[in-house]
Amino acid sequence: MRRAALIAVPYFWLLVLFLVPFIIVFKISLSDAALAIPPYTPTLRDGIAAMFAEFDFENFVFLTEDDLYWKAYLSSLRIALLSTFLTLLVGYPIAYGMARAPEEWRPTLMMLVILPFWTSFLIRVYAWMGILSNEGLLNQLLIWLGLIGEPLQMLNTNFAVYVGIVYTYLPFMILPIYAALDRMDGSLIEAAEDLGCSRLQAFWLVTIPLSRNGIIAGSFLVFIPALGEFVIPSLLGGSGTLMIGKVLWEEFFNNRDWPVASAVAVILLLILVIPIVLFQRNQQKQAEAEQ
Amino acid sequence: MIYRILGGVAAAALTTSAALAEEVRVYNWSDYIDESLLEKFEQETGLELIYDVFDSNEVLETKLLAGGSGYDVVVPSGTFLQRQITAGAFQKLDMSKLDNKENLWDVIEDRLKKYDPNNEYAVNYMWGTTGIGLNVNKVKEALGDDAPMGSLALIFEPSNMEKLQNCGVHFLDAPAEMIPAALAYIGENPDSQDPDTIGKAEPVLTAVAPYVQKFHSSEYINALANGDICVAFGWSGDILQARDRAAEADNGVEIEYHAPSEGALMWFDNMAIPVDAPNPDGAHKFINFLLDSQNMATASNYVYYANGNLASQEFLEEDVIGDTAIYPDEATLDNLYTTSPYGPKVQRKVTRMWTKIKSGT
Repeated sequence: MRRAALIAVPYFWLLVLFLVPFIIVFKISLSDAALAIPPYTPTLRDGIAAMFAEFDFENFVFLTEDDLYWKAYLSSLRIALLSTFLTLLVGYPIAYGMARAPEEWRPTLMMLVILPFWTSFLIRVYAWMGILSNEGLLNQLLIWLGLIGEPLQMLNTNFAVYVGIVYTYLPFMILPIYAALDRMDGSLIEAAEDLGCSRLQAFWLVTIPLSRNGIIAGSFLVFIPALGEFVIPSLLGGSGTLMIGKVLWEEFFNNRDWPVASAVAVILLLILVIPIVLFQRNQQKQAEAEQ
Repeated sequence: MIYRILGGVAAAALTTSAALAEEVRVYNWSDYIDESLLEKFEQETGLELIYDVFDSNEVLETKLLAGGSGYDVVVPSGTFLQRQITAGAFQKLDMSKLDNKENLWDVIEDRLKKYDPNNEYAVNYMWGTTGIGLNVNKVKEALGDDAPMGSLALIFEPSNMEKLQNCGVHFLDAPAEMIPAALAYIGENPDSQDPDTIGKAEPVLTAVAPYVQKFHSSEYINALANGDICVAFGWSGDILQARDRAAEADNGVEIEYHAPSEGALMWFDNMAIPVDAPNPDGAHKFINFLLDSQNMATASNYVYYANGNLASQEFLEEDVIGDTAIYPDEATLDNLYTTSPYGPKVQRKVTRMWTKIKSGT
C-alpha cells in the first residue's frame, strides 16, 4: 500500500505537469485555426463527439510541405549542439580548477559561479546587448586598443547567440562536472603517474572517464533548453538566426495559427524526448552504480 | 472554530474582490504616454492603475483571442481592431459614461469607420504614419549630400542600402507595415489583398534584407538616439521621440523623420474594452480621462503623435501641432493610404513570405 502510494507520487507529477499539458497541445494541433476566442475550432463546446469527428492530421502534413520547418529544426539542433560543445570547452577547465583549488577557496568559487543567478536572466541578456552593440563596451575597448578601426558587427549575429547561450548555461555545465571531479579520489592520479602515465595521459585516461557522468549531465542540461531557446536568439540574434523557438512564436503571434504552432511544438517535443530518455537512463545508471 | 476560519476566508475573499474592483488594468504600446498622466488618473479617480506595455499588435491579439487577458483597456491598431471586433473580443462602449467624447475629431472618427463601422467599439487614442527616420549626418556621409532622404528609394534601392549597412538599418518587424511600403515603392496598390500582388513585394524586400541589421519594432528608438544605427523604417512618433532624446543627450546625433513621398501608411491606435474586462466601469473612466482635451494634449506633447481629439489641439505645443511630420498638411494627407486586415489564407502567405525575407528560408 505504502509502496503504491510512493510510486503514485512521481506518476501523478508526470501526469499533471507533462501528460495533461501535452494532451491539450496535441488536441489543439489536430484542430483548425478560426477567428474566435479561443482562435481554433472545434472546441469542447461543440461536444466531444463532434470534436473528435473534426480532428485530422492536416497541420502535421502542412509542416512537411514547407522546408522552413525542418530547416528551423536542423538549424536549432546545430546551434544547440555547437553551443553545448562550446559550453563544455569553457566549463570543464573552470570546474577542474574549482575542484583542484584549496579546500577553503571552494565555497567562494562556487558562490562566484552561482552569483549571476541572483540577477534576472533577461537583465543579463540585455547587458550583453550593451557589451556587444556597435557603440558597446567591447567595440569601444577594441577601438581604444587600436586593434580595429571600425566597430565590428557582433550584436544581431549568430556569434552573439552563441555568446548568450554559453554565458547563460555555463553554470549548468560547471556544477555537475565539478560535483563529479570533487568526488574523485586524488590518489588515483598519483597511482596513474606512478604507473608511468604523463600528467596529460593521466588526465585523459583517468580524470576524463571519471568525470564522464558530470559531462553527460551538464551537456544535457545545456542542450535541452538551448534547442527550444527563444529569448536569446530574439534579443541577440539577427534576422538570419533561424531557430524553432522563433518559428513557434511566429505561428502563434503572427499567423494566429494555434493548431500549426501546436503541431510544431509536438514535433519539437518528440525530438527532445530522445535526449531526455538518454539522460534519464544515464542518471539511473549513475544512481545504480553508486548504490 | 471551523465557522471562524470560514468567516475569515470569506472576509478575505470579499476584501480581495473589493480590492480587485478598484483596479484598472491598461495594456498600451510601449513609450506611448506621459507617465505623469498615470499618477494624475489615480489621484483623480482613486482607482489603482496597472499599466502594462507591448510592442506588437500580434502580442496583444494573441492575449485577447486566448481570452481572460485580465485587461480593462487595450489599444489595438485599426486593422487588428477590425479583426478582433469580428472575433467578438470587445464590448460596445457605453457612450453615456464617456462625457468627453464630444472632444473627438470627426475627421479621424470618419476614417476609423473603415475598421469600426459605427464607431461603437473604440475611440481613437493616437494616429500617425509609418516612414523613414534617419541620422542626417551619417546618411549624408554614406550617400552624399543628395541622398534621397524623403523617398522609399533610400531603403528599397539595394545600392543605397549597401552603403548604409555599415552604419546600421532597422526595419519594423511587422509585415503589415513593410509589405504595403514595398508595394507603394513599385507603384502597386499598398492595400492589395491579392496574393499575387502581395508577392511582388517579396523581391523588393529580399534584395535589401541582407543589409538590414535588425527587424524589430521598438529597439530603433534608442538605437537611433544613441547613434547605433543611421536609418530606421518605423512609426512617426517613435522616430520623433528618438530625435528628442538625441537632442536632450546632446550627443551630436541629429534625427529627422520623413513620410515617404511615394505614399505613407496612416494608422490609428484605438482604445477598446475587452469583452471579458474585469472592471468595465473603471475602463470607461480611464478612456474618459484620456478623452479630456488637456490630458490628451499632455500625452501628445510627450509622445509626438497626433491624436483624435479636436479639442486638445489648442493645448498642443507649437512643435507638435506645427510639425507637418505629426499633423500633416493637406498635400501630405492626400498622400497617405490606409490598409485593411489580411484574411487567414493571405495572412499565412504574408507571414511565410516575411520569414523567408528575413532569414532567407
